[in-house]
Amino acid sequence: MGQIKLSNVKKSFGAIDVLHGIDLDIRDGELVVFVGPSGCGKSTLLRAIAGLEKITSGDIEIDGRNVNSVTAADRGLAMVFQSYALYPHMSVRQNLAFGLENARMPKAEIDKRIMEAARMLEIEPYLKRRPGQLSGGQRQRVAIGRAIVRSPVGFLLDEPLSNLDAELRVSTRAELAALHARLKATMIYVTHDQVEAMTLADRIVVLRSGRIEQVGTPLELYNTPGNRFVAGFIGAPHMNFLQAAVENARPGHAVLSLPDGSRLEVDAGRQVLQQGAALTLGVRPQHLTLGKGNRSLRATVRMIEALGSETVLHTELGGQKLLVVLPGQHRFSPGSEIDLSLDAAPLHFFDEKGLRLETSV
Amino acid sequence: MSRAASFIFRRRGSQKHGRGWHWTDIVTWLWLIGGLIVMFGPALWLIFSSFKTPAALAEFPPSILPYASQQVTVAGHEQPLTLYDAKMPDGTTKRMAEIRRIGLFSQMIDPADPGAPPVRINIDDRQPVRKLSFATENYTEPFVHFDFFRYLWNSVFVTVMATVITLVVNSMAAFALSKYEFRGRSFAMLIILATLMVPLSVIMVPLYSIISSLGLFNNLWGVILPTVATPTGVFILRQYMLTIPDELLDAARMDKASEWQIYWRIVLPLTAPALAVLAIFSVVWRWNDFLWPLIVLSRKELYTLQVGLSIYSGELNVQWHFILAMTVVTMIPVVLVFIFLQRFITTGIAGTGLK
Repeated sequence: MGQIKLSNVKKSFGAIDVLHGIDLDIRDGELVVFVGPSGCGKSTLLRAIAGLEKITSGDIEIDGRNVNSVTAADRGLAMVFQSYALYPHMSVRQNLAFGLENARMPKAEIDKRIMEAARMLEIEPYLKRRPGQLSGGQRQRVAIGRAIVRSPVGFLLDEPLSNLDAELRVSTRAELAALHARLKATMIYVTHDQVEAMTLADRIVVLRSGRIEQVGTPLELYNTPGNRFVAGFIGAPHMNFLQAAVENARPGHAVLSLPDGSRLEVDAGRQVLQQGAALTLGVRPQHLTLGKGNRSLRATVRMIEALGSETVLHTELGGQKLLVVLPGQHRFSPGSEIDLSLDAAPLHFFDEKGLRLETSV
Repeated sequence: MSRAASFIFRRRGSQKHGRGWHWTDIVTWLWLIGGLIVMFGPALWLIFSSFKTPAALAEFPPSILPYASQQVTVAGHEQPLTLYDAKMPDGTTKRMAEIRRIGLFSQMIDPADPGAPPVRINIDDRQPVRKLSFATENYTEPFVHFDFFRYLWNSVFVTVMATVITLVVNSMAAFALSKYEFRGRSFAMLIILATLMVPLSVIMVPLYSIISSLGLFNNLWGVILPTVATPTGVFILRQYMLTIPDELLDAARMDKASEWQIYWRIVLPLTAPALAVLAIFSVVWRWNDFLWPLIVLSRKELYTLQVGLSIYSGELNVQWHFILAMTVVTMIPVVLVFIFLQRFITTGIAGTGLK
């Protein structure tokens, strides 16, 4: 069991409010990723759940039990820290055993659990070494092992991959996913890397300045971002935003004028667009295609990044930047003009406050 | 070995033109040799002087090495006679033994020919025959007559107890001041540091009355207890503990460690290098303490070594040879402690286990 429920959790450090009322329901066995830019309060929220940070108001429940006044040790959660926080003066075995010894577990049981975790994480050969004698990846495994041996109801992982190099990060990410599938334990994972969030999460919680912006499965967030911030944060490279004005609005239909003077006809669905209202049109770089279509834009190429499998074009359109990712390899010279079709692209519209407008093209 | 030698003896001048001396080489060597003399000269002089007889100590000009006048037993004389290189009336120099001195003249005989009549020689015309000789009785005598082992035990007891308590008390204060957030934390630190500005002589009288009213007068604990809380120690340890990442403490809290266990099993082992520094300081301070033990201890069997040594400087007569020898002996433990603990200072903790 590992059900975690947050209701109206607030936290402030002195006069600075860090969390402004977080409501969240985490189901048993779910892998939830907190994602957001640095300083958004995601680590504070994790520490609040862990019990390392006292919340200012609100309630935290684990398996239906209010744990507001329960200490970190007794919440039944285990945490993997960003710096791993292995005890440098203890061997790997002692690191794993420390928490169990403190819980006064019989020695045989401790040994059994350590061997089990060591086998699972393939750290058996290093049990006698000190953390200083291990590589980054090995330390990371030990840190996870220290969490596993306690058989917690939930794992809290604070940017566990941020200290690994790019290659190791990809393989460890896959191992973490496999570990979650195997342990079937609740995991809360904090990261600022949206690729990690997309690949690992059952659900993603996007945070900004201490508020939840949106909660949903990775594809929900990708396909129907609730606001401009989420749209820009999820997906790499991030979504293009173009300022547009509603020119001709009638129920169910609107014509938008783009900064370069081109017109775009859209189906406004049930939304009633105001004549002359300003909105933001969002389109992902991958969804733009070369060539003229029913709805197309003409943009000037400024820079080309050839990655082999795809080509990233930095273009400009009426003074606004527009990123295009084309599959395969293309040759353009900077300064040339190209036609980009929006026909196949899912378009996103955001009002002046940045909230999503439910329209379809 | 040769690589070490070539490292030590390399010169800037030899890089350019083979074997020349650049002026910086000369300055460097002079500076370093000068430093060596300044640092080790007094210690060496002390050690050599501790082997001198009282007569040799009083000699002027003083010598660095301990010399003693040579003596010889001559038939017909009960006491051994001192040997001199004397200038004979005929102008030759001969090794003679002095029987007695009368005014400016000395009566001497030839030890090889004791039957011959004594010769009168001006005392300016004779030089004592001297030989390198170590007066080891400077060391052995005090062990017999002076209650050296009693004083040594008292000193060791005071030093060890005071150091252990200092380490425990100061590290606890430093732990709280570095790892807990509480109102007035910096103020408390400031107050502790401010006590650095109060010299012992100012608080001596009130301290004495406290010790006296606690019944610790003439008690080794009266020497130990007032010294255990040191602002320097708290400061050194606090600064070091600030570098221990808070995440380690959080990890320990998640691992069900109590605050005591965090202090004892996590923070204290990681502070070992700073503890070693403080231990050295504390040992040196307590071992060399003189004034406070002198005040608190008035019974001879409770004296520490430093107080005990003062016995040798009486009102009329200072027995320098014993003082010097015992000073050398009292230096030994401090040097040993330093040699032993300095490993911990330099080694530190190789990997902190983070990142």
